[in-house]
Amino acid sequence: MATTLTREQTRTRVKPAVIDGDIHNDLPSPQALLPFLPAEWRDYHARFGTFGYSATAYPRINPNAARHDAWPPGGGNPGSSLTFMREQLLDAWNIEYGILNCLIGAGARRLDQSAAVAQAINEWQVATWLDPEPRLRASLVVPYEDGQLAAAEIDRAARDRRFVQVLLIARTAEPLGRRKYWPLYEAAVRNDLPIGIHFGGSGGFPFTGAGRPSYYIEDHAGMAQAFQSQVVSLVCEGVFEQFPTLKIVMIEGGFAWLPPLMWRLDAAYGRLRAETPHLKRLPSEYIREHFWITTQPMEEPTKPAQFHQLLDQLGMSDRLIFATDYPHWDFDAPDQAFPVRLDPDLERRIMADNAKGLYKF
Amino acid sequence: MPLDPSSDIRRVVAGRVEEIPPGERKLIVPFRGRAGIGVFNVNGDYHALRNLCPHKLGPLCTGRVSGRPEAVAPPSSYAGEPEIERDGEIVRCPWHLWEFDITTGQCLVDPKMRVKTYPVAIEEGEVVVYADPADLPPQPPSGAAVPATMARGRSAE
Amino acid sequence: MTATATDRLAQIVAQGVIDADLNVVVPSSADLFPYLPEYWREQINQTGFKGPGESSYPASAETSARPEAKPDGGPAGSSLALLQQQALDPWGTEIGILTCAYAVEAIHNPDAAVAMASAVNDWLIAEWLDKEPRLRASIVVPSQQPELAAREIDRVGGHPGFVQVYLPVRAEAPYGNRRYLPLLDAAVRNDLVVGIGFGGSPPNPPTPSGWPSYYMEEWAGMASIFQSQLMNLIFEGVFDRFPALRVTLIESGFTWLPSLLWRWNKEWKGLRPQTPWVRRLPSEYVHEHVRLTTQPWDAPPVEAQFLQIIDQLGSDELLLFSTDYPHWQYDTPEEALPPAGLPDALIAKIMRDNARTFYRL
Repeated sequence: MATTLTREQTRTRVKPAVIDGDIHNDLPSPQALLPFLPAEWRDYHARFGTFGYSATAYPRINPNAARHDAWPPGGGNPGSSLTFMREQLLDAWNIEYGILNCLIGAGARRLDQSAAVAQAINEWQVATWLDPEPRLRASLVVPYEDGQLAAAEIDRAARDRRFVQVLLIARTAEPLGRRKYWPLYEAAVRNDLPIGIHFGGSGGFPFTGAGRPSYYIEDHAGMAQAFQSQVVSLVCEGVFEQFPTLKIVMIEGGFAWLPPLMWRLDAAYGRLRAETPHLKRLPSEYIREHFWITTQPMEEPTKPAQFHQLLDQLGMSDRLIFATDYPHWDFDAPDQAFPVRLDPDLERRIMADNAKGLYKF
Repeated sequence: MPLDPSSDIRRVVAGRVEEIPPGERKLIVPFRGRAGIGVFNVNGDYHALRNLCPHKLGPLCTGRVSGRPEAVAPPSSYAGEPEIERDGEIVRCPWHLWEFDITTGQCLVDPKMRVKTYPVAIEEGEVVVYADPADLPPQPPSGAAVPATMARGRSAE
Repeated sequence: MTATATDRLAQIVAQGVIDADLNVVVPSSADLFPYLPEYWREQINQTGFKGPGESSYPASAETSARPEAKPDGGPAGSSLALLQQQALDPWGTEIGILTCAYAVEAIHNPDAAVAMASAVNDWLIAEWLDKEPRLRASIVVPSQQPELAAREIDRVGGHPGFVQVYLPVRAEAPYGNRRYLPLLDAAVRNDLVVGIGFGGSPPNPPTPSGWPSYYMEEWAGMASIFQSQLMNLIFEGVFDRFPALRVTLIESGFTWLPSLLWRWNKEWKGLRPQTPWVRRLPSEYVHEHVRLTTQPWDAPPVEAQFLQIIDQLGSDELLLFSTDYPHWQYDTPEEALPPAGLPDALIAKIMRDNARTFYRL
């Protein structure tokens, strides 16, 4: 009987190296961070805990927004076990490098607390993730609502070049182009690190420009609107004139909304440029020069061929970086990344080369 | 169901009937990899689905089994509470959470999509799946039935 | 201007045009005196109240007014004669739909808000609808007080000149929210379209990350607020609650719609259990219940891409031609036409038939 390889077997045999631009590591429990905190902050956590902006309850579809199969067999949160992450992600998909985006704790209203937690998270990342696993790199967690404190943490921690990016969040207390964030950008440029803006966050405002929506799907899909306002702000405030080498990576925001936003911004600039004389070029030119985008959650057009149209409209195929978003529920698998078959060169760029160029792997 | 020796269909024993009581499932993963077959006991009837989501090839059969909420309007607007229909008959892929009808393989959020199903029979107290060899590893040299093993990971909450 | 472009304009105009977005502005509070009860006239005289202000359209910004549209001694959009000369006659407009973005939502005294809204509506009837049979209009309502808004809709909704209820896209809560059910119910009961338009003056900022610095940000970012509103209308189930509800997005841009529908359809497939009353794909609700006006086009620079976007809309019934007069969106009338690469039948639908059907004109 002739043996025909199944699709799975074929896939197992041919596994090109992949760079994953968005992996989430988590603490196994909140107590795990305590050894990394200074005594005064351990004491503060014991006596008070933490608090953020107004409560916003959009119960996520799954506990921890995680894949149902991503809870480590030995216990702990999804993303908290390096052993299980190796088995379920790094080994299974031949991940050459993976970038950790830790989503814990830098958004407290008390900014010095944010700074202490950010530093502890970064030290925990070095000890628990980067030292034991050479395939992993990490984003620096910073107290992003305080530009000076964030810059100090960047200058402190960026000496470890396994930190390849500074992590910001899509919903902030002010639009990210505002000057309070500029010391952070200055430090990122000084340390030759891109800025990653990741899905999530809360700056204390309703999640839309039309007030509070009701459902998690609006919170989740609505992140595209939060990203749009950050792109608009970064461009219009002249951040890229001030920091000509600044690089921004938009993580987990999708990207199909970006071409129409570029068209609209260019149209707006055509009529309203008298207001922004600090801008020297079309908004779309700043965007195509300064932005990178991760692919997950992958766009799924009504007709798969429309994906080619999207890439053409975007004109940023050298800026797309594959990401899985492991261990979250809307995980994208590397071998199923695209709704269409791409040109092999293009596919290799998105799956690995674009990230290698940006993060200098 | 006796097998025609010339048939390509492969007879796979999933386990003793009592190993898969109502509401439970067993994953037959006879080789290292993500595919395989999930055998579900839904209210006493056995169903076998390919453990490969037709959407993005996720391990469909490891997903949460539940029912399907149905409603005509949000509860506080004018209608009653949403009802959970067909509890225990729906599996949701752990990646992206699309719903599938365990009893038919039909995807409930995309009418064009269906997961492969296999005939199941109870033979001498054993749950037997008649599988397509394309979904299984090459025939073991002995020709013996492939030993069924549990998939790792959590089967149900 | 080439001869062919002029010919094409003449040809299209000869076939008839419906203009779904003409903007009118109340010149001053004094102009509303004939339509206000004595008590409110006295209050205005006492306080010198000049109206709620119009921060959505800064008076001198190019986007707010074409240079030739400003009458002597009044704001652009306040002169019927100019509107006839500059918007209706050159286009041979059969029917034009007026919107008035008088920001009653910024008047916090609810009785004053009702009085001012009623006065604007009576002014629209007397000064515009009664004087110009080609015009239809949108009802101004105190949207922050939905019960009172419903009462105003019932008061004037029977007038044949009113075809729409106007709601500003920026709002304290999105319009699918349960609090607006009385307002939507009244619109449906009076067989009126709900028109959601650019701007608004709610207490919350126009982005999830607070207040941007530049008007260009607000103008470009307005598209994302339309997106949030549309998403909310779908997921709150209002189209299931009101199968006859019709919604037009006015001055929203539309090139963002295909990519957002992809995203919403995808998310719905996973998150449907949290909004189980949404029983169809989000795109199906949009195709059945929602229309969008054409200005601003926010068009891509390449016509082939523009044709792709129009195809990706997935329906030839969604777009309604508009000039957006007196806002300055284009320099020559030819630029306001749909792209020449579209089939004639689709151009006819955009220029006239879609609006005629949707508004039952």
